[in-house]
Amino acid sequence: MTIQQPGATSSEYESVIGIEVHVQLHTRSKMFTAAPNTYGESPNTMTDPYTLGLPGTLPVANKEAFTLAIRVGLGLGAEIASYTKFDRKNYFYPDLPKGYQISQLDLPVTANGELPLSSGKVVRVNRAHLEEDAGKAMHSSDDASLVDLNRAGIPLLEIVSEPDMRSPSEAIEYLERLKLLLRYLDVSDCDMEKGSLRCDVNVSIRPTGSDTLGTRTEIKNLNSFKAVEKAIAFEVHRHANVLAAGNDVVQATMLWDEDKEETRIMRTKEESADYRYFPDPDLPPHHISNSWIEEVRSTLPELPWVREDRLRGMEGITDYDAGVLVQDRAVADFFEDAVATSGDAKATCNWITSELFGVMKERGDDIAGCGIPPSRFGALVRLVKDGVVGSGGGKKVLQAMYGTDKDPATLVGELGVGQISDEGALEAIVRQALEANPATVADIKAGKKKAAGAIVGWVMKETKGSANPGTVNKLILELLD
Amino acid sequence: MTAPWPSIDALAASVRSGERSAAETVRTALKRISAHEDLGAFLHVDEARALDDAQAVDRRVGAGDDLPLAGVPVALKDNLCARGSPTTCGSRILEHFAPPYDATAVARLQQAGAVVVGKTNLDEFAMGSSNENSAFGPVKNPWDTTRAPGGSSGGSAAAVAAGIVPVALGSDTGGSIRQPAAFCGTVGLKPTYGRVSRYGLVAFGSSLDQIGPLTNRVSDAALVLAIMAGGDPRDATCSNDPVPDVVSGLDGGVEGLRVGLPKEYLGDGIEPCVRQAVATAAQRLAADGAEVREVSLPHTPYAIPAYYVVATCEASSNLARFDGIHYGRRAEAPNLSSTYERSRTEGLGAEVRRRILLGTFALSAGHYDAYYDRAMRVRTLIRRDFEQAFDSVDLLLSPAGPTPAFRLGEKTQDPLEMYLADILTVAANLAGVPGLVVPECVGEFEGAALPIGVQLMGPMWSEPTLLRVGHHLERTRGEMPAAPTGGTA
Repeated sequence: MTIQQPGATSSEYESVIGIEVHVQLHTRSKMFTAAPNTYGESPNTMTDPYTLGLPGTLPVANKEAFTLAIRVGLGLGAEIASYTKFDRKNYFYPDLPKGYQISQLDLPVTANGELPLSSGKVVRVNRAHLEEDAGKAMHSSDDASLVDLNRAGIPLLEIVSEPDMRSPSEAIEYLERLKLLLRYLDVSDCDMEKGSLRCDVNVSIRPTGSDTLGTRTEIKNLNSFKAVEKAIAFEVHRHANVLAAGNDVVQATMLWDEDKEETRIMRTKEESADYRYFPDPDLPPHHISNSWIEEVRSTLPELPWVREDRLRGMEGITDYDAGVLVQDRAVADFFEDAVATSGDAKATCNWITSELFGVMKERGDDIAGCGIPPSRFGALVRLVKDGVVGSGGGKKVLQAMYGTDKDPATLVGELGVGQISDEGALEAIVRQALEANPATVADIKAGKKKAAGAIVGWVMKETKGSANPGTVNKLILELLD
Repeated sequence: MTAPWPSIDALAASVRSGERSAAETVRTALKRISAHEDLGAFLHVDEARALDDAQAVDRRVGAGDDLPLAGVPVALKDNLCARGSPTTCGSRILEHFAPPYDATAVARLQQAGAVVVGKTNLDEFAMGSSNENSAFGPVKNPWDTTRAPGGSSGGSAAAVAAGIVPVALGSDTGGSIRQPAAFCGTVGLKPTYGRVSRYGLVAFGSSLDQIGPLTNRVSDAALVLAIMAGGDPRDATCSNDPVPDVVSGLDGGVEGLRVGLPKEYLGDGIEPCVRQAVATAAQRLAADGAEVREVSLPHTPYAIPAYYVVATCEASSNLARFDGIHYGRRAEAPNLSSTYERSRTEGLGAEVRRRILLGTFALSAGHYDAYYDRAMRVRTLIRRDFEQAFDSVDLLLSPAGPTPAFRLGEKTQDPLEMYLADILTVAANLAGVPGLVVPECVGEFEGAALPIGVQLMGPMWSEPTLLRVGHHLERTRGEMPAAPTGGTA
């Protein structure tokens, strides 16, 4: 990222970026009440007296939300608090029916974690705390405002990084890796379009080499990673301009305008609300026992970057392959299970990323929805590898594997796509081909080994594609040797 | 029925045996409510529903259900939720609010066969010590209608004292059950914090509030507590520990009991007649085998300021939901901030607004340490005072307030003087310990004959001891006369 700014070049200033991520935890019920945690239902149907803020109702903390928060803490290598409590954050807004949000101020459920980037750099995670989501206020054109409280009370984990990122691309990598981790840990679907993952970004700049922080601004309303990247670049540029003009950056909260691709000021520090935090008297402090932590730890999956390293060590698997495979834990699981049958990591990877992904995309399935067990998929790759079926025939078999529990070998037979790989069976027809193509034979003998392709083509045509072209090619060269 | 209410145990037994029906007991209560309308004790009465509920109890009794509170008419302070009934908290802002659910305590009483006959008047959102802060008018003390019934559970205390109902529920944040019980000559119990679920009690000071009964006799309070008490999955602050039997040991006497008289509760400013009542009760306990000694709760002078910081801080947050947006009264206004401002200004009374402002200020950036944090430290010291006292005594005997019932209008101009009416009750809420007020005598105060109560306080979860000793004081006291404007109708 370069800052295109007359008088303020990228080498003069370094950008300093910290990120707050709010992730909705996919518990069954809400953070402090039994109302269901669901998305996309009719407005104000997923509520109950507590969610509506009716007087006399009380919050009771959701144990599942704690378990998921502990998972995230362990995934980040963070400390899990043995003693944690909830606080009230007081402010008025129509999407906040109680007039306060229950959050955690000074004793978050987990703190001091780390997230490694691909460069080996580590972004420190200051803390992650539990809180409840607000509802949604919608302002219609005719001056009316509507409030939907279905979202109100859904558990949120707010994950706060240290200001350790130095470029928009680092910020994006942090976000992508964090999202990957959260999905591996199976705590959220992390869908930014549905709002189950949201982020605010803090940006400041300082002279390169300085170790003091500049004045920061916080950017809100970032609805995609693309927006995050653009907004950081814009804000860094704006700060540089302000400094270049001899002015000071004003600490403020900025809103990202997606259409205009610019930030605008929402409120300055002086205008910011006093949230009057105090410990929530309705919720006794929670003690998280070591046995609970260990129980959660025992269910943790291999972390995506650890797995990526391990896959990279498999024969034929490139950095790129490993990166693609770990993007989805289910895909990586499928891959490893399939390799156990196919015995060929590279071929299995290729068949997944080119053929299976293609078929899944056509059908709009994910890997779980395709209904093909990895062992049967691995068996197909094995059949191709062993020459029982060619790659074209293999693709037909893959299509046919949908909606049936027949094994691929059976399908090869039923579809008639098996190929002849037996040298004895193919020798006669190869001899016939050599006799029929004397000119090509001469070329081959003259050293143009590639010319053998024409003879292979002749054999494939005569056998209606059932010959294994690799075997045919080998025979041609052997017979002419 | 024309006689005063028998004990609720006897009343329920007579309904179970068929001697009288629940419908009959409820009709009696409803008739008495109308006869005493001038007291202002009730805010809402739904006669048809009460009679329906009574008939349902009669059917359950007929079907053989063994209901410990069969047909017992009960009045609820109007900050307790009962499904579909108006629950105003004595406030304009909730004038037309009816919750779609029952408070746990209320549901448990109904399950046991009690019938809700009406909702009683109170200081708005339970903020007050005289019931004069109700948006719907004050309650008159049945002993002298020019006097306050105490507060904030003034309607509940007056309803029991006037013989309208045998039991009413109140809530106690800083003395709101015990002080009106003392003013009206009834029994009033504030249980240990966490003994009774707060679910369905409209919150004032969440770390201080407890629901408790006001009754004619200690055994009635014990029975009602036994039914309401115990863990509730809807209230994380409610204890899940088993509830000890508070009923069967009531006659156990006081032999060997160590009783402390906290000297800070008997200093200057306590009316002689009140001091005398405590002395008389102490003498009886000593005569019956208890050992009575003076103890000290040294941080008592700091209880009122600490209480008014903690309670108002919590209230400022608890009452934020009354914003005119989702339910309750909404003032028409051109934009959001003036909707909030006008709804709350028009909907909330002066004392409530004063306390919200106090609490908001005390929690504000730059003031938190000086007020809330310091008050919480004082709270710890007060809790330790009690713990240390209970190292050497089993319970404490003290007045419930500095004076018997004061006159209506007497303290309304001076909020600080009104706050001092709670001086002998707030410490129990800060420490979480239980307190029981039992009428001791009728004394003369400012030329009027008024009931005087004494207060017993014990360690956390000591209700069995507290009720046993209260019952002993009651038994050895002799008959208390009924309130002059009370009795039968």
